[in-house]
Amino acid sequence: MAHDAGVSGSHWHVEVTDLLVTAQGPAGTPTPIVRDLSFGIARGEVLALIGESGSGKTTAGLSLLGYARPGCRIAGGCVRVGTTDVLALRRSQLADFRGANVSYIAQSAAAAFNPAQRLLSQVIEPALIHRLMPRREAEEKARELFRALALPDPVRIGERYPHQVSGGQLQRVMAAMALITDPELVVLDEPSTALDVTTQVEVLRAFKRVVRDLRTTALYISHDLAVVAQIADRIVVMHDGAAQETGTTGTILDDAQHPYTRSLLAAAAPRGVPETTDPPMPPLLEVTNLTAGYGHRRALIPVLHGVSFTIAPGRVLGVIGESGCGKSTLARVVAGLLPQASGQVLLDGQSLPARVEERTRDHLRAVQIVFQSADTALNPARRIGPILARPLRFYHGMRGITARRRVAELLDMVRLPRAVADRFPDELSGGQKQRINLARALAAEPRLLLCDEVTSALDTVVGAAVLDLLAELRRELGLAMMFISHDLSTVRAICDDIMILYAGQRVELGSRAALRQLPRHPYTDLLLSSVPQLRPGWLDEVGSVHLREASGEPSLDDGVRPCAFFRRCALRIEGVCDRATPPLRHLSKGGMILCHRDEAELSRVEACETVDLASDAPTIHGCE
Amino acid sequence: MNHDTPRGRRRARPSPVALAAGTVVVACFALAVFGPVLAPHAEGTIVSRNIFAPMSAAFPLGTDYLGRDMLSRVLYGARFTIGVALPATLLASGTGTLLGMLAAVRGRTLDAVLSRAMDTLISLPTLIFSLVVVAALGSSITVLVLTAAVIYTPGSYRIARSVAVDLSATDFVKAARARGEGGLAIMLGEILPNMVMPVLTDFGLRFVFIVLLLSSLSFLGLGIQPPYSDWGGMVRENIEGLSAGAPAVIVPAVAIAILTVSVNLLIDNLPGRGSRHRGA
Repeated sequence: MAHDAGVSGSHWHVEVTDLLVTAQGPAGTPTPIVRDLSFGIARGEVLALIGESGSGKTTAGLSLLGYARPGCRIAGGCVRVGTTDVLALRRSQLADFRGANVSYIAQSAAAAFNPAQRLLSQVIEPALIHRLMPRREAEEKARELFRALALPDPVRIGERYPHQVSGGQLQRVMAAMALITDPELVVLDEPSTALDVTTQVEVLRAFKRVVRDLRTTALYISHDLAVVAQIADRIVVMHDGAAQETGTTGTILDDAQHPYTRSLLAAAAPRGVPETTDPPMPPLLEVTNLTAGYGHRRALIPVLHGVSFTIAPGRVLGVIGESGCGKSTLARVVAGLLPQASGQVLLDGQSLPARVEERTRDHLRAVQIVFQSADTALNPARRIGPILARPLRFYHGMRGITARRRVAELLDMVRLPRAVADRFPDELSGGQKQRINLARALAAEPRLLLCDEVTSALDTVVGAAVLDLLAELRRELGLAMMFISHDLSTVRAICDDIMILYAGQRVELGSRAALRQLPRHPYTDLLLSSVPQLRPGWLDEVGSVHLREASGEPSLDDGVRPCAFFRRCALRIEGVCDRATPPLRHLSKGGMILCHRDEAELSRVEACETVDLASDAPTIHGCE
Repeated sequence: MNHDTPRGRRRARPSPVALAAGTVVVACFALAVFGPVLAPHAEGTIVSRNIFAPMSAAFPLGTDYLGRDMLSRVLYGARFTIGVALPATLLASGTGTLLGMLAAVRGRTLDAVLSRAMDTLISLPTLIFSLVVVAALGSSITVLVLTAAVIYTPGSYRIARSVAVDLSATDFVKAARARGEGGLAIMLGEILPNMVMPVLTDFGLRFVFIVLLLSSLSFLGLGIQPPYSDWGGMVRENIEGLSAGAPAVIVPAVAIAILTVSVNLLIDNLPGRGSRHRGA
């Protein structure tokens, strides 16, 4: 049915009214996944749809392209873009409409590009398909967009293949593809979620500038309030397929009315655990000069270079770094899944054998690993009960009724109903699976828990609940943890000490309190200042430190390990940082860094921007 | 505090197709056991002068090229077709699955040795290999079962190995390894439960292949020896009746089709977890 009542007399450029999208339920009955959704976007405005996974935000975004995913159906309502009633379009008209009038930027650019074609030919494809301009003109326009999106070497980057550019660059190239047809609306679906924080800042800044300069009308879908705060003019908060609250960005952030919005805001800034200063104890875990990597012994590709740290009983060490920095490798080495090339792992002062097969059952029991993705960490063919009972039997010889009773206790411990024991993993939600994952590790009664990005796959609110649980368990059970994350605010919420890895080097190690103070390693500084804050305008204030382009490759002489951060460092000393091994400096604030610059120099430069790591609403003060 | 909501549980209920196919499979297996009891005539007895007789009250499925009762022959033949194909398939599928899992779990050396050995077996032409074995050892049920099993093990191995290699790279297998579990516990506890569906599907295919292999061997005179005959052999021995439209050639062919199709329908529609027709 065509509604053209809204076409005239409305000041919205894009308007959605009473949208209803249904999915085929288990019994064949249609279940609404988006209902009664209405919003409008003015010309040149950026509207954000925010909500957790499953809230229907992507489904709503796709309906603007007149598209419903397989199994779903747009069952009612009206979607108008410009003067087009999208839902009234026939299949052939939709093909002309999509790409030309509305374009879509997906979360994973890597999955959206054809790996066998050059970037430029893919970017100009929409313009050619819709016969909007000749090839030469399209190519010229693509290069302009590359320049506007701050891509390096805009003239020639199009000649590369997708795997030859970084993830952040590819995401910007995808934006160029979406913008080449000058669409009336761009739908951005979590475009920066899969990126590292430091990359995310660059991508966000590029998006924001282009959107502002081209006066693009955009729908920005995200689960991250802090990101949305930087880029959106107005926000629609979605939950369970319906809009809960709509308002300007400022109103939503400062004066949220709906309880759900408030819980989102609260989860975005997790409370830190109180700092504890335990009397010094002999370390539970001691790692010295660890080098590990992949490949054969003779042709090892190292991932970790000489990493050392200790964890005292009951303490939590946070390990942060971007993807590929070696965090997960570190957990695998400590767990014995990947034998190290050199260096030692000591538990209670005793050297742990490198391979899991050589460790005693007590060693194994003491160190338990919790994997990042609960989806793949639980055997889909077994019920929760047996999954939890297996370590009980393996480590403690429990069977039958004793084991069943203990399984129930474990479920209580992770705040899940006992009936979950009869379920299969795919009958649980992501947060519930992660709790089971945790319970399985706890079943061993470990002394050290290796948590590998345990909250990254979860929504903010669910992730915050899992973090609270971890903090509680730590208090109750006196567990020591190595908490691996790429997310500073998560680490801040739970850790006593923080270790920062960059390209396999430990660039900084110190207590949470020490990290809050200057000076810091330049990478730490970059990382801290890249975390988006719940404050509009933050993005415009972030220092230009991010825009330092990479220069030449560091030299690799034998025995010399130049600073890994050299190419991106704002404070690098050419000829020194890329040639000599950086010295280990113990700072007066406590903690240590790996840097050629001395403490005085670092303090002087970094004093210009101050990031308060500990407070709930961190702020950056500009230099004068 | 917990915002997660579980999805509704799926009740595993067998589909009508699975029920129908299952009934036919069970009936076929019952024939293999009770066929000789039900048969009106002995399988080798010539009961009519009419060869390739059409269906009639006396001979409901007609007569064959010697004038024997086809109904009795089909009932007797089930013994051979199922009695050879089923154990051979079980053997091939079981060995292949076991070795495939071992290759995936036990490291590179064993994997290389097993995989190359299987490649060697695959490279032998099926019929020539069977001819040599049967000619050398003589045709007996045991020899036929073993020959068919050896020929079809590599295929099962390939399927099982590729599934098991994927599974052994998953986090739940890593979690089991980090727990300190041994190879056998990982194979049986973590990997095998996730292989049931692909292995069963492969089982259905192998079963069909083996029935066809046995028919070919019978045609060459190396399968079940006259006067006994399996269903495949009956098609071959009555092939001249095809031009006369005799049921003697069609009936055993239909029997083979019913058996193999219903085995595959049953497996494809099995209820429960890991089924192809589940959820999403």
